[in-house]
Amino acid sequence: MIKITFYLFALILIFAASRVITVKNPVHAALFLVLAFFSSAAIWLLLQAEFLAIALILVYVGAVMVLFLFVLMMLDINVNSLREGFVRHFPIAAFVGAVILLEIILVIGAWHKLPTPEAATALAAVPNTQALGMVLYTEYVYPFEIAAAILLVAMIAAIALTMRPHTRAKYQKPEEQVSVRREDRIKIVKMPSETKD
Amino acid sequence: METLLYLIITLIKIVLIVVPLLLCVAYLTYAERKIIGYMQVRIGPNRVNFSAIPGLRKIPGFGQPIADALKLMFKEIIIPTNSDRFLFVIAPMLVMAPALAAWAVIPFSEGGWVLADINAGLLYILAMTSMGVYGILIAGWASNSKYAFLSTMRSAAQIISYEIAMGFALVGVLMAAGSLNLSDIVAAQKGSFLHWYWLPLLPLLFIYFISGLAETNRAPFDLAEGESEIVAGFHVEYSGMLFAVFFMAEYANMILISTLSAVMFLGGWLSPFEGIELLLGENWFTALLIRASFLWLAIKISLFLFLFLWIRATFPRYRYDQVMRLGWKVFIPITLVWIVVLGVAILAKIPPWFA
Repeated sequence: MIKITFYLFALILIFAASRVITVKNPVHAALFLVLAFFSSAAIWLLLQAEFLAIALILVYVGAVMVLFLFVLMMLDINVNSLREGFVRHFPIAAFVGAVILLEIILVIGAWHKLPTPEAATALAAVPNTQALGMVLYTEYVYPFEIAAAILLVAMIAAIALTMRPHTRAKYQKPEEQVSVRREDRIKIVKMPSETKD
Repeated sequence: METLLYLIITLIKIVLIVVPLLLCVAYLTYAERKIIGYMQVRIGPNRVNFSAIPGLRKIPGFGQPIADALKLMFKEIIIPTNSDRFLFVIAPMLVMAPALAAWAVIPFSEGGWVLADINAGLLYILAMTSMGVYGILIAGWASNSKYAFLSTMRSAAQIISYEIAMGFALVGVLMAAGSLNLSDIVAAQKGSFLHWYWLPLLPLLFIYFISGLAETNRAPFDLAEGESEIVAGFHVEYSGMLFAVFFMAEYANMILISTLSAVMFLGGWLSPFEGIELLLGENWFTALLIRASFLWLAIKISLFLFLFLWIRATFPRYRYDQVMRLGWKVFIPITLVWIVVLGVAILAKIPPWFA
């Protein structure tokens, strides 16, 4: 049963991944990428790595790809200009692709040689999420915290680099608008009524 | 054979959850029209009755949701020219599916009344609710209409922003309960109604519920369908049953948010009268009152749903920059501060919640 499910999701994954690079419309490509993420999350679930699977959906499908789509939909991309220079860039692309393929083969080859990991099965009694948390906050606490700090710095840097306050633009300040009182806006002027001449 | 049996039983359970849920969705629309009607001093729908059924004859307009559903089913589905046909049709389903899928991990009553009692339940809920944006994004883009697209941009930005505050509110709950499993979260709130998490997590409850309003695109955060500005929002081009699916998904999401608020902050199926037997003595009446059951959960869900409708009848629509300010500059800082406060409270083992 698990085999059937695995092959089903693997087929969908391969189909979606290949469509990402063959489909013409960039929005369709992004949606196929979402499908690819989703099926790989399902395959991780089959491996009982529920935290990784859900984190993949939560982070990549729920946040990253939504922003991707957001930008893609707003851009009016000229598909023809994207396809220019295929022949010119082909040698570099082929080289990069070959290197990546070689790396994948090396990793999978080395994986075959490794003894079956006992730690993973031993931990199965503890929920996956809890086990990950235990390791993250004890053994790997410094790398984890450093990674978080680096991400924070990168985020602040990105905002600082891209934010150029317009000097002439007018901004609304909701906090001032919300806290406005009657006295700030209206003035009651007492005037004697004019008499008819 | 065993697998097949398991599949069939699971399927029956799914039907047992989905069919009552859809009935609730139908009658939530009736409740909304009636309640808002009375709040605005009108009587709401009152023409369609079940005159053949004796018990229901006296309730005016009780057949209205059924009539509406029938009407929508027989209406023509118009697909705009130059729209992306496949995505146009699939978008309503992409909104509806996550709203239903999230119900898999919701515990209805004590003793395993849940479809999938998984350990990462809370994370699963977060993942599923974050999927709902896709339907809206795709619907707006595929209809090839400016109004729909503007609304999509508004709604997607709003949903992404409020998801963060919502996620932090859930972090508070999981810190307090020490578990991601929803049944365990309810069990951790056992005691009296003062033991429920609404008290120690009060700011988070407020933020969770208000973010829920924003997530479901309900008033006062319904600028995605601001009728005065962009007609009706991302579903302007939709008609007939395709439109009805969007509509149903909105109400299903409302019920989901209410259920989650009840489960995480108001003790789910636990009775609010727990501990009353110490005051009144143990007899059949107090035994009945303190019994944990699905009825309590239903009452709590109805309470939150009523709040949804009440808020819709009360507040005017937010302006876009105010929505963004509330999400990013008010809610997220409050949740961050409260998580630190909660951490201190848990370390100090403050009774009765964290002892």
